[in-house]
Amino acid sequence: MKNGYLPIKSEILEIIQHTDIEYTFRMAYKGDVKPGHFFEVSIPKYGECPISVSGIGKDFIDFTIRRVGKVTNELHNFKVGDGFFIRGPYGNGFDMNDYKGKEVIVAAGGSGLAPVKGIIDIINDNQVEYKDFNLLVGFKSPEDILFKEELKVWEKDLKVILTVDQAEGDYQGNVGLVTQYVEDIEVDDKDNVAVVIVGPPMMMKFTVEAFLKRGIREENIWVSYERKMHCGIGKCGHCRMDDTYICIEGPVFNFSKAKHLYD
Amino acid sequence: MKIGLSRESFNGSLKQLQEEYRIYAPVSMAFKGTFSDTDSIRYKEITTIEEIEFERKSHFSPKETLLPITQVLFYFTEDEYKEPSSDEKKLLVFLRACDIHAVKRIDQMYLKNGELDPYYKHARDRVKFVLIGCEESFRNCFCVSMGTNQTEDYSIGLKLTAEEVLLDIKDEDLNVYFVGEEKEFQVDYVTSNDTKVTVPDNLSGDVAKSDMWREYDKRCIACGKCNFVCPTCTCFAMQDIFYKDNENNGERRRVWASCHVDGYTDMAGGHSFRKKHGDRMRYKTLHKVYDFNKRFGYHMCVGCGRCDDACPQYISFSTCINKLNDLGEAEK
Repeated sequence: MKNGYLPIKSEILEIIQHTDIEYTFRMAYKGDVKPGHFFEVSIPKYGECPISVSGIGKDFIDFTIRRVGKVTNELHNFKVGDGFFIRGPYGNGFDMNDYKGKEVIVAAGGSGLAPVKGIIDIINDNQVEYKDFNLLVGFKSPEDILFKEELKVWEKDLKVILTVDQAEGDYQGNVGLVTQYVEDIEVDDKDNVAVVIVGPPMMMKFTVEAFLKRGIREENIWVSYERKMHCGIGKCGHCRMDDTYICIEGPVFNFSKAKHLYD
Repeated sequence: MKIGLSRESFNGSLKQLQEEYRIYAPVSMAFKGTFSDTDSIRYKEITTIEEIEFERKSHFSPKETLLPITQVLFYFTEDEYKEPSSDEKKLLVFLRACDIHAVKRIDQMYLKNGELDPYYKHARDRVKFVLIGCEESFRNCFCVSMGTNQTEDYSIGLKLTAEEVLLDIKDEDLNVYFVGEEKEFQVDYVTSNDTKVTVPDNLSGDVAKSDMWREYDKRCIACGKCNFVCPTCTCFAMQDIFYKDNENNGERRRVWASCHVDGYTDMAGGHSFRKKHGDRMRYKTLHKVYDFNKRFGYHMCVGCGRCDDACPQYISFSTCINKLNDLGEAEK
């Protein structure tokens, strides 16, 4: 009998530091993974936690992990060549077919950039397949900016609005909440837009509202929910919203469905 | 096959059965209750019929025979892990109609919602049920309202009289264990409870916004007893522990979890949902009589009333369902 709770050990190929507390771990992995999928990441003795995939390669997957809990604190003591346990991928992930041929807008807040980074990578590599692309991403402060190198690469070909909530001194970039910049995104045909919004609950709520206000239809907005998933396979109950299990049917939802879900 | 046999003969059969089966039944444990001088009635392995508590409702449900409170998923050393060796003995569980209906709900979650749970499946494949008939309703039961007062889904049906043990053996594998005279009888079931509920059929998610939940903000103390005694609650949390004498070794377990208890929704970084206790009451209530039904086509609650028996704050779940119904009626 297949035992879905048993993890596999995966080797750390590379560690990329973004901020004092956020690192990307590049892990050896072969298999079919989509942006928006998540894995249960674990270290024996410390426990298990759900982490979304922030990058997908032929022989690797990336996890961008903030040091905020028991498992993630311990993880930051790990070095290249070490390994930790993973099981997955879980969830539905983003279906790129929903976005092909459209003016795609990705709006991300803070670590919410991690689960959608795979989408940006795919679009960046296959630009002809998408009519247009805008990235709107916000962080708390200039020190909290994730994927600085990637942002530089994306900025070459893609339209990127990077903003921070607050900045001190002579910071040159945009300052203000993501919602303030929704207006600045150029939209050619409102009915041919696909908006993906991922971030903290409040950011998502108000960013969705801002796009709806701009006349984008609910069916053209997608969100990804973060919940406490202990099992990832529809058993433990922690991620249930209404009659929906985020770990099985989500975490990615079209907003026309997501708006009916309540905690 | 319907037969009657003496208690001695029945005990002889149990003894034979024990070679192949672990036999679980509700047992009264004197002075083990929460309050002074009270008993605790819960599931234990038994060897004779005299050990079984037939007179009172069990405080805990039989779910722990299939789904232990703490279950080791695997043992680990630094780099390796090993699944626990599995118990191959079969299980024979004595339980009532509502609890047999509850097993269907557990099956739904562990066998049919997402991928199969191998630990539960292993237990479920080995278990057979002995239905204890209910001559009369216990306090707080509302099985009739929930349609769970009767079941045909058992291996053996049992009725106890002063003189003998009457058995309706449906499972041919078990025939050989019991010797008795053929006797016509019906396994008892209740047809009416003092407590009655009307589950509203016109609910929508909007009821989540109702003021009725605010009553429970203060009344509910988020102890989680209602979840732990419920035969249909199936939530668990993952837990890693390591051994004190060798910190490199340990085990990953799952333990029962409660949607009422603090920490249930906590995520790394401090986000959480349903901080108010009334919202937790709402989350549980709607799962039992609204959204489980929406997903699977029947209600989760089986009306055993154990939540009402257990609540230290005297919150009545059946009253809560009826309040929900009143709310629906008002909107009609």
